[in-house]
Amino acid sequence: MASSSDLGRLWVYLSASPLLWLTVTLLAYLAAHALYRRAGENPLLNPVALAVGLLIVVLVTTRTSYATYFAGAQFVHFLLGPATVALALPLYRQLGKLRRLWLPIALSLVVGVVVAALSAIGVGLLLGASPETLLSLAPKSVTAPVAMGIADKIGGLPSLTAVLVVATGILGAVFGTRLFDWLGIDDDAVRGVAMGVTSHGIGTARAFQVSAEMGAFSGLAMALSAFVTALLVPWLVRGLGLAG
Amino acid sequence: MSALTGFALLLAYQLVGEVLAVGVGVPIPGPVIGMLLLLLTLVLRRGAAAPDAAADTLLSHLSLLFVPAGVGVMVHAARLQGEWLPIVAALVVSTLVTLVVTALVLRWLVRRLAPAEPADGQ
Repeated sequence: MASSSDLGRLWVYLSASPLLWLTVTLLAYLAAHALYRRAGENPLLNPVALAVGLLIVVLVTTRTSYATYFAGAQFVHFLLGPATVALALPLYRQLGKLRRLWLPIALSLVVGVVVAALSAIGVGLLLGASPETLLSLAPKSVTAPVAMGIADKIGGLPSLTAVLVVATGILGAVFGTRLFDWLGIDDDAVRGVAMGVTSHGIGTARAFQVSAEMGAFSGLAMALSAFVTALLVPWLVRGLGLAG
Repeated sequence: MSALTGFALLLAYQLVGEVLAVGVGVPIPGPVIGMLLLLLTLVLRRGAAAPDAAADTLLSHLSLLFVPAGVGVMVHAARLQGEWLPIVAALVVSTLVTLVVTALVLRWLVRRLAPAEPADGQ
C-alpha cells in the first residue's frame, strides 16, 4: 500500500508527461462512444460532447489546467491536419458523381459558406457580442485547423474559434438529420453537402452513420467549404468593416 | 500502400501546403492546400498509389480529433459567462439556418442544373 506522499510523487511524475492526458483523452472518447452505441446511436448523445464533458469533470476534479492537459492531448489535435489532407480520398472516390453535380454543389457551397458566416456574425452583432467574439465566430463552420488559421488571420481568438467549431459540429450532428426529415429532403447527396458545409468533421462522422453516400458528400463539402471559407471569410469580414 | 507510407505521404502534403501558405503567402490554410494537391495527384495518376489505409484510419475516427479543442471551452469560461447569449444564439441560429438554406438551395439547383441521374442510380 503506497503512502499518500508516494501517490503524490506518482501524480507529479505522471502529470508532467504527455502520456497521462493522451491516454485519458482516448479512454474518455471510447467510453463516450460506447455509451452512444449502447443508446442506439441517438444523436442527442453526441460522443464528442460526452467526451468533452467527461474530460472537463476529470480536469476540474484533479485541478489540472488546460495547458497541462493539452500538452498530452495535442498529439490527437495534431492529427486534424493530416486528416484534412486525407479528405482528398473520399473526394476522389466520388469524382464521378462530383462531375455530374459540380455546378449545383459549387454554387450551394458558396451560398452555405456565406450564410454560415453572416448569420453567426449577424446574430452575434444583434445581441452585443464583442468584436473578438464576432471574428472568432465567423469561421466556425469549417474544420478546426482551418478555422483556427482563419481566426488568427482576421483577428479572432483561435482557441475560442476551436471551441465554437466543436459546438457547431455537435449542433449539426444532433439536429441535422431530423431537420432534413422534417423538410422532406431525402437525397443523401444533398443532405451530406448541407451537413459538411455546416458542421465539418463532426457532422461528417454523423453522416457516415446514415449512409456511405451521405458521408462521402459531407466529407467532400467539408473539404471544399474549408477552401471556400479560407478565401471568402477574410474578405467578407473586411467588407463588413470588422477586421483590418 | 502501407498505412505508415500513407501517413508519411499525408504529412508530406501538409508540409508542402504549410510551406506554400506561410512561406509563399498563399492565402489558404496549409492543410487545405495539401488536400487540393493530393486530390490533383490522385486525378493525374488515376488513383494509383493512394494513401487509402492511412486516410481511412484517420477519417474513421474524425470526431475524436475534435475532443482536445472542445475541452478548450474551460479556458474561455469567463468570456462564455459574459457573452453566453450572443454566442449560444449565434451558434444555434447559424447552424440551423446554414443546414436548411444549403440543403434547399442545393436541392433546387440539382433539379434545375444537373443532368438526370442514370436509371441504375449510379
